[in-house]
Amino acid sequence: MNAPESVVKAQSSGPNAHGYRSYKLGQFEFTRDEYFAHLRWVGRNGKQMSHSLDIGAFLRPLMRDVAWGFFYGYVNFDEVFGTCNKYSSVDVYAGTYNGQYSRAEVDLLINLPTDEVRACFVEMLEDWVNEGYDPFAAPMETGSPYGRKRGENLAALRRQRQLAKRCVGLKDDLFMRSDANGFTVNRHFQDVPQDQPELHPEPGFENEVHAFNLFAYLSRSDVTWNPSFTSVVKYSFCCPTTEEHILPVIHGNDRVEWFFQMCDEIHWNCGDKKTGAPRARVIMKAGDCAAMPADCRHQGYSPKRSMLLVWENGSPQVVYDIEAGKSPINPVSF
Amino acid sequence: MKTIFGSLDHYEKGRVEVINDNAKNYAFSNVFEICNKSKPYEKVVMGINQIYVLEAIRAEGTSPWYSCAHDEFVLSMDGEVEVHLVKLDRPAVTDPDKNGAIQLAAEPVGKKMGWMKLRRGHQGMLPANCAYQFRAARPAALVMQTTQGDLSVLKWAEICQAA
Repeated sequence: MNAPESVVKAQSSGPNAHGYRSYKLGQFEFTRDEYFAHLRWVGRNGKQMSHSLDIGAFLRPLMRDVAWGFFYGYVNFDEVFGTCNKYSSVDVYAGTYNGQYSRAEVDLLINLPTDEVRACFVEMLEDWVNEGYDPFAAPMETGSPYGRKRGENLAALRRQRQLAKRCVGLKDDLFMRSDANGFTVNRHFQDVPQDQPELHPEPGFENEVHAFNLFAYLSRSDVTWNPSFTSVVKYSFCCPTTEEHILPVIHGNDRVEWFFQMCDEIHWNCGDKKTGAPRARVIMKAGDCAAMPADCRHQGYSPKRSMLLVWENGSPQVVYDIEAGKSPINPVSF
Repeated sequence: MKTIFGSLDHYEKGRVEVINDNAKNYAFSNVFEICNKSKPYEKVVMGINQIYVLEAIRAEGTSPWYSCAHDEFVLSMDGEVEVHLVKLDRPAVTDPDKNGAIQLAAEPVGKKMGWMKLRRGHQGMLPANCAYQFRAARPAALVMQTTQGDLSVLKWAEICQAA
C-alpha cells in the first residue's frame, strides 16, 4: 500500500496553550501537549473515555499509517488505539481489540472513508511534528518529539516510499542509492561491502542482464521500519527494510506475512489479533525465515540496525480469500 | 558495531518460544540449514503465500538450464555464483500463465544475453522466458523469489521448527 493524494480537509481547532491544533475525527478527539497525545471518545456503554500515549510513540505509528496508506490490515498504535484498512474505508478504534476494554464495553470503532481519515492524520502529523524530529528515524538519529510547538519538518514527513515497479536499478525504475544522491551508509552498516555484481551483458541486453547489491542498497536506507519494494513478481513484493529499536506499530495481519532476516537479529512479540493475548516470541537471526499467521499481531525489537526482507503477497484478493476460507490463516500445514 | 551475516559454514539459528500457540504456525526455518541439507539446485520452498514462494537453493557445480514464463529474482546469501542467460528463439514455456520454472531438456537455442557474477547480498534478475544456468565453483546459498512450480520441493516437516 502507498499513500495517494488527498483533497478532504480535516476538522481542527486553533492552537492550544502549547501551540498545537486539536483534531476531531468522527467521535474521536485528539489533542497534544508537550509530552503526550490525548484521545477522547464515548464508549459503547455511553461513558466518557480517554487514553494517553507518549507523543513519540504516537507520532511514529501515525507517520507509518500516513506513508503506508493504512497498510495491510491493522495498525495498532499501542494496545488500545489503532486503525484497520478496509481498502476503501478505514476503521478507527479504541479498545475494540483489547480484551478488557471490549468486555467492559468502553471501546469504540468507527468506519470512515479513507480520504477523511487520511486528511486528519496528515494534518495532525504535520502540525504535531516539530523541526528536527523525524518519526521515520531511529531514536538515536533524530531530535526530540517533546516540547512546545517549534517549526515543522515537512521534508521528512513527505518522503515518498521507494517502490520499484520491476527491480531497483533498471532503466526507468527505482534509482540506486549513493553518496551522490544523499543516501550515505548508515553508522551501523559501515562494514557492509559496497561492491557491485559483475555484469557482462551482450550488446542489446544491458537492461536485461541486471543485478545489484541489495545489502549495499539497504545499508544506505535513511529510514527504519519502512519497507520499500526492490523486486516484483506479479503480486509477490520483496519489501526489504532496515530496522532499529522497536517497530512503532503493533501490526495485525489480514493475510499471512513472511519475514526473512538477512543480517543481525530481531525479536518478535506475537499475540492474538483480536485480544492482544500473548502467543509466542519469535527470535530471528541471520538466515532465519518465519511467517506471521493471518490471525496474529506482532511487534519487533531490533537491538542493532538490521536488514529484514518483508515478503508480501500484495494481491487485492488474498484478504477476501482468507475471509472465505479459500486461503489458510496459518502459512503451512505439516 | 559489527554486522552479523550467516553462512553455510557458520550461522546461529533463532527459535520460536511458544507461550500459547503451536510453533508450526510460524513455519520457522533457516536458509543455511536448508541449503546444508539439500541436493545441489534442489528448490526447497521456505516461504509460501498462495502461488508465490521463496525457495532456498544450494548452488554447487553447474545447474541444469531453466526457464520461466515470468520474471524471477535470485539473491546470494553466501558464496559466489555465475548466472548465464540465453534469449530463447522460441519460449520453452508455452503457457504464459504457467507458474514456476521448468528444466530444459536440452541446451538452450538462442542468442547469448550475457552473464553475471553474484556474491553475498547481490540480487540478480532472471527475465521472463529466457534460459538461465547457475555455475558455482564452491557451494553457495541462494534465495529465489518466484512462484510455485513443478520443480518446487515442499518438505516443511524437515525444515521447520515443530515444537
